[in-house]
Amino acid sequence: MLEDKDRIFQNLYNDFGADLASAKLRGDWKDTKEICGKGREWIINEIKTSELRGRGGAGFPTGLKWSFAPKEVGSRPHYLVINADESEPGTCKDRDILRFEPHKLIEGCLIASYAVNAHKCYIYIRGEYFNEGQKLQTAIDEAYKDGLLGKNSAGTDWELDIYIHYGAGAYICGEETALLESIEGKKGQPRLKPPFPALIGLYGCPTIINNVETISVVPTILRRGGKWFSSLGRPKNTGSKIYCISGNVNNPCNVEEEMGIPLKELIEKHAGGVIGGWDNLKAVIPGGSSMPLLPKETCETIKMDFDACVENKTGLGTAGIVVINKDQDIIKCMARIARFYKHESCGQCTPCREGSGWMWRMLERMAKGEATRDEVDMLLDVTKQIEGHTICAFGEGSSWPVQGLIRNFKDEIIERNKFDPIVKKQKDIPYLVDQHLLEKENA
Amino acid sequence: MAVKKISKVQPEKFEFNKKNKETADSIIKNYPSGKQQSAVMALLYLAQKQNDNWIPLSAMKYIAKYLDMPYIKVYEVATFYSMYNLTPVGKYFFQVCTTTPCMLRGAYNLVDVCKRKISEEENRLSEDGKTSWLEVECLGACVNAPMLQLNEDYYEDLDPTKLEQIIDKIGNDEVPQPGSYRGRLSSEPENTRKTLIGNKNA
Repeated sequence: MLEDKDRIFQNLYNDFGADLASAKLRGDWKDTKEICGKGREWIINEIKTSELRGRGGAGFPTGLKWSFAPKEVGSRPHYLVINADESEPGTCKDRDILRFEPHKLIEGCLIASYAVNAHKCYIYIRGEYFNEGQKLQTAIDEAYKDGLLGKNSAGTDWELDIYIHYGAGAYICGEETALLESIEGKKGQPRLKPPFPALIGLYGCPTIINNVETISVVPTILRRGGKWFSSLGRPKNTGSKIYCISGNVNNPCNVEEEMGIPLKELIEKHAGGVIGGWDNLKAVIPGGSSMPLLPKETCETIKMDFDACVENKTGLGTAGIVVINKDQDIIKCMARIARFYKHESCGQCTPCREGSGWMWRMLERMAKGEATRDEVDMLLDVTKQIEGHTICAFGEGSSWPVQGLIRNFKDEIIERNKFDPIVKKQKDIPYLVDQHLLEKENA
Repeated sequence: MAVKKISKVQPEKFEFNKKNKETADSIIKNYPSGKQQSAVMALLYLAQKQNDNWIPLSAMKYIAKYLDMPYIKVYEVATFYSMYNLTPVGKYFFQVCTTTPCMLRGAYNLVDVCKRKISEEENRLSEDGKTSWLEVECLGACVNAPMLQLNEDYYEDLDPTKLEQIIDKIGNDEVPQPGSYRGRLSSEPENTRKTLIGNKNA
């Protein structure tokens, strides 16, 4: 278990208060000038040494991302954009950072802006987090007043302005290019990549986009050294991470822990165990609703980091752990997730727009036992048709949970839906053709 | 994708009041010159707040002129994002999160209470015309589930009885205290905290 002194977010539970004075007591804004004084190269190299991977879900190495920004500012200004559009079901870590540790984020913004040559930083907060946004705005105002932002931010001679941009309830705006579209005042529909935002991003200018948690850990890493951060966890999966444990546990909570902590320890120790005991566990969604669920056997042993999750055919994602026990109907739970994706699809690519609705309707019928035996394979086929055929990763995000369900609980679905279709004779006809029209007897 | 309905009854004219005009102008300054279109989302919020929590078509036309952009682009944005109400909603607008993490902890019991105490259908005003409710997708407070949003505030760790009390209070035009209804101050584990122990009594 991580020692308390090694936890980055000391105020995760708001023991001290979020204001500037308390933040300074915790060590925020200490030596910011000296850190920036060591130069861009040093900052980016230190982040590379720390092997910090993005905390927004994809786990892209942060130092590498920063190094993609052009070294010299050309005719176009650079931008830094912070993704605080936290909408992944099961995830609520950024909310706590915004309301309890805003100064870690603001200081991180200054250092990151300096490293990527940006004078303007936009923080995109989901519209529902209105109060959290107000708290961040208060913190930003405090920082301006104290000379930590503005013309000569924190004595670094670097000019930085931070603005908050509120979203309005679109999950897809957490996708980085959709987020940029949204800041530009358009519908949040993702752009094709390449060109990548690091070269052509906001208003066509080089833009670096990072998650709130990624940016908030940067100042501490630079103060304590990249080596310290990489000493936690294991290679390629270093540092600490805020895990959100929700669902059927006795004490749902957010907790900062070392990367690679066993899932069982997180649930048993921090979240007070599964409701009804460990034996009552049915499945766990390890990384927000987009990631395939894990059956109980895997939950016994799996360690929570990026690579270990991939080895077990799932992903760490945002580390939003949703625990489902045996009192719940697993098919219904996944049908509800499918409904979420059907609601949130932006409608740009046909496979996702139509397919997310198909998946939802099929799962609803399966939950009620109204689907036929064959439809399980048909559903799997639909997910394969969506996955990889869309502009952004929403296609994968919506089809993986369904694939996970079929992979692990196929028997249970068939058990509930074990009858044959009414029309049996012409099974080789593709299901897209209405079969009853082809068979006169049933017409 | 979600379908959004436009209200059949539309006011003819809309204009920002003086205070909102000032706010709008200061928001536009947050973006580079010539990129005033970026402010459209914030301006739609202002219009929504000024017009009893919903946006009429005349407000979209007004904003289009205000930002020097085509009306259809404003319409696109207003219909794309789910937080813009294009039909009148209650002065007290309940949004109940029912996505899986909340559902696992009994969000549909809250929906039943809303159906019983506010109105049978979503988005229909209650009998006294003050309240309406809506089922929404994940609100990002999964650790404090089940929860709902009343106007701008989060009400967390609810159960049906507590929600009934909240709705009763609203009926008397009292706004109940937002936050956790089990006395939690943050997302820490209740009574079994194992981390940051030294900070606890700070």
